[in-house]
Amino acid sequence: MGRERAAFRRLEIYHVKGSPVDPERIYASQTSGWFGQVVQRSSDGGTTWEPVSNTFEYEGVPGTHQWYDGTPHPWEFKRVWHLEPSLTERDSVYAGIEDAALFRSTDGGQSWQELAGLRSHGSGPHWQPGAGGMCLHTILIDPTNAARMYIAISAAGAFRTDDGGTTWKPINRGLRSDFMPDPTAEVGHCVHRIAMHPSRPQVLFMQKHWDVMRSDDAGESWREVSGNLPTDFGFPIDVHAHEPETIFVVPIKSDSEHFPPDGSLRVFRSRTGGNEWEALTKGLPQKDCYVNVLRDAMAVDSLDRCGVYFGTTGGQVYASKDGGDSWAPIVRDLPAVLSVEVQTLQ
Amino acid sequence: MIRVALPAHLRTLARVDGEVELEVRGSITQATILAALEARFPMLRGTIRDQQSGRRRPFIRFFACGQDRSHDAPDEPLPHQITSGTEPFMVVGAIAGG
Repeated sequence: MGRERAAFRRLEIYHVKGSPVDPERIYASQTSGWFGQVVQRSSDGGTTWEPVSNTFEYEGVPGTHQWYDGTPHPWEFKRVWHLEPSLTERDSVYAGIEDAALFRSTDGGQSWQELAGLRSHGSGPHWQPGAGGMCLHTILIDPTNAARMYIAISAAGAFRTDDGGTTWKPINRGLRSDFMPDPTAEVGHCVHRIAMHPSRPQVLFMQKHWDVMRSDDAGESWREVSGNLPTDFGFPIDVHAHEPETIFVVPIKSDSEHFPPDGSLRVFRSRTGGNEWEALTKGLPQKDCYVNVLRDAMAVDSLDRCGVYFGTTGGQVYASKDGGDSWAPIVRDLPAVLSVEVQTLQ
Repeated sequence: MIRVALPAHLRTLARVDGEVELEVRGSITQATILAALEARFPMLRGTIRDQQSGRRRPFIRFFACGQDRSHDAPDEPLPHQITSGTEPFMVVGAIAGG
């Protein structure tokens, strides 16, 4: 094992993702309480890595957002939560950071520029951190419309651009968060993740702090589809590669008890785009399981039967070769798994 | 030459083994040593001190000649053992956790 391969040992990697244009190009966010943020890039499918720019400077005077107690708090860069490579350009990649902002690089990570219209469109001073920090954790690019993207922030909500990232609007109508003074306010919702099927980019699925939600109009309005889930708290949500109405969640007991209900690790699948859910348990521990599954720790591949993968805070990665019907651990003894991504190679 | 000892993770990131030797012009201070270090190893920018404010990261400490210099002013001159290269300027990851 060469030195470059050893470079990630014992370091926190928040997210890794490959470019759909060139699968040899992979971006990784390495972060550490001691040494701060490093962005790594590979051009050979992960065999070797090189550090690229870790300079994320907010545009202009960053101002303040709300702190946990509602007081103003200055915007400060802390880490990169999510890296989303462009669907069309190898050297273009988006970064979602804490404190929440969206950055873009067009030179493979050598430099980063903020898409400041998101943070400065007006509601920014009312955003507040979730328990994990005020992070921009989801970036969805519309494959049919290069000007449209969706992002989500804990705890601000979901936002959409229709002009390539210059201007943004909150898209949170229909969300209800009872921890907020106004439960249906335009911003302040703790959205945990959003997912989209590439064939229907106007249909969005959301796992919120509580509630699983769905939008059929590009986020203009949302309705709850938690249905018969044992609990509608959780972090990841994902869509089957070939069935746009088949979605997966991992219910977690509550916001203060981050483990599966009854210690039974179950993925829930809906084949009807929500509301009607079935428990998937074959191969998963059904007693004494007290792990969590984090928001970016689920992914699907594009093979015919759609592989589904998720990682736990207990260091296991479970894989299903058959769209969730059965599961087996493919890794058991990692540290807490922060994110899972899949590349389907020819 | 100024000698700088880095913690293991930063040696890995900078792809160096053992101590780093740096030529530092002008007065020898924490600020000038770190500037020379970051100029030679750009990947270390932001890992020891904040890129915007220049402040030492909270879990990083600086030692020289057995003394904790973490709270010295960044422009304060360092002892002659450092400026002469007899002793290394040490960047240390603080002990934290269990």
